[in-house]
Amino acid sequence: MGFFTDTSVCIGCKACEVACKEWNRLPPDPPFQLTGLSFDNTEQLSASTWRHVAFIEQRKPVREPSGGEQTSDQRWLMASDVCKHCTDAACLDVCPTGSLFRTEFGTVVVQADICNGCGYCVSACPYGVIDKRESDGLAWKCTLCYDRIGEGMVPACAKACPTESIQYGELSELLDRATARVETLQREGVTDARLYGHDPDDGVRGNGAFFLLLDEPEVYGLPPAPMDTTRDLPAMWRHMALAALTVAAGIITAFAAGR
Amino acid sequence: MTTRDRGDGRATAQADHFDSYYGRRILKPPTWEAATIGGYLYLGGLAGASSVFAAGGQLTGRPRLARAGKAAALVGVGLSLAALVEDLGRPARFLHMLRTFKPTSPMSVGSWLLAAYAPLVGVSLFTDVTGRFPLAGRAACYGAAVLGPAVTTYTAVLISDTAVPAWHEGYREMPFLFAGSATATAAGSALIATPAAENGPARRAAVLGTALELAAGRLMRHRMGMVGEAYERGRAGVLMRTGEALALAGAAGAALSGRGGRAAAVLSGAALMAASACIRLGVFSAGVASTQDPRYTVVPQRERLAGRLSKT
Ligand code: SF4
Ligand code: SF4
Repeated sequence: MGFFTDTSVCIGCKACEVACKEWNRLPPDPPFQLTGLSFDNTEQLSASTWRHVAFIEQRKPVREPSGGEQTSDQRWLMASDVCKHCTDAACLDVCPTGSLFRTEFGTVVVQADICNGCGYCVSACPYGVIDKRESDGLAWKCTLCYDRIGEGMVPACAKACPTESIQYGELSELLDRATARVETLQREGVTDARLYGHDPDDGVRGNGAFFLLLDEPEVYGLPPAPMDTTRDLPAMWRHMALAALTVAAGIITAFAAGR
Repeated sequence: MTTRDRGDGRATAQADHFDSYYGRRILKPPTWEAATIGGYLYLGGLAGASSVFAAGGQLTGRPRLARAGKAAALVGVGLSLAALVEDLGRPARFLHMLRTFKPTSPMSVGSWLLAAYAPLVGVSLFTDVTGRFPLAGRAACYGAAVLGPAVTTYTAVLISDTAVPAWHEGYREMPFLFAGSATATAAGSALIATPAAENGPARRAAVLGTALELAAGRLMRHRMGMVGEAYERGRAGVLMRTGEALALAGAAGAALSGRGGRAAAVLSGAALMAASACIRLGVFSAGVASTQDPRYTVVPQRERLAGRLSKT
């Protein structure tokens, strides 16, 4: 199960951000301050913000549907971001305690009673999603409302979204819907429309949460081609073993050379 | 305003076309403290390589070199465990590490490695100092020497197996950098603690270790391309340059100290230890800096995408 976030219909109301905070009883991100970044005072996902709405004010020609008149040279992009619930989740791979696990829904969840706050997952996530909370020193992130979907309910953010920008469901079904939506937009002349995070051949073998974007991912603060870091782990262990032998050989040489 | 280049001069100085979300970082900076985890990287290296010196000293009849190695190993591993617990916040949290064994988690592998290594180091020093159970002491000393090299280099995998650009991109050379740095720093501590009659191996190892440390570091930064800049700027740049200068001075001093007597040996030993500490902290700072600027995330990934497209 997963999320499809269609940013082309997002109106930036932040209902998802608020619904997530309420349902999951998330504390505020202290200290509150106005960032001056358009309407965005949250800035990014954090241990206590599991949905984040980005606002991008852009100078780009906006046309009427089907390539008609240019109506403006200023546009706003709004997008609700969330944990990607990666197929190859680096956070889950590196967690030394087994606190992060894969649920029966294919999502990635942290268990607070087992997490020891080592912060390894924070540095491993290629999307900068999971973070350590100051107050309790533990790692937190979106659970895709594990407690709700287990009861057959829709995640709080998807439930609250008034425009169906956030859709929850079976991944294959969501992908069909997303592909059709991109085709429609492309046909209407929105040539920048594209899917992000849906590709099973990408660096994390696809996400349980993917997006329809209207510009390059980095414009929204998303990495253009993230990679699951543990892909290179076998090579890392090999280099480490060779380097360990080098330490031993070097010191043995230093002893042997003087004899 | 457009989202391109915030006009802080840094982004615009880069030739690459590059977009970002108001110049905000994409990755989360490591939650680790430079003092605790940076120190942990350094102390683990000191401990692991010192255990090899201890075994060498024991085997070749250099008792003072052996004891100095055992003592440095215990101080190193003891302080590094303390640093780890300090970073976790509570000692009980360390026990969560030993709940499972996960080969996909270098931190899990490392915790088990330390759990096996630390008691060996303790026994080996205890028996040396008290003179009791000499046989068990010798066995523990050799056991620690077998695990020691892995203790010095696993930390390189620990930090490379992250999304932090300046760490991940260096995963091939980082273990060798750590290997050289550990050898040099353990040699440095041996130079400080042992008389001239026994410090020959330490003098030679100081030169070998420093050569490896500097060569691996240079190669790593060169191979990383633009991400290597994180090692040249700001705090990381200062630490790396200071570390390299101290390493060269320390190695030269160690090579010549055979003639120069105690004072020269102690000075070069101190320079070698300070050099390794600077370089480890430099690596740590470069990693943190590379998460703060979205350029280090976006530009290499764009290049990778372009490379993949041009191949197909
Ligand atoms: S986006 Fe980050 S936190 Fe979420 S599953 Fe992927 S690696 Fe883990
Ligand atoms: S902080 Fe918690 S969830 Fe993250 S890797 Fe460490 S133990 Fe696992």
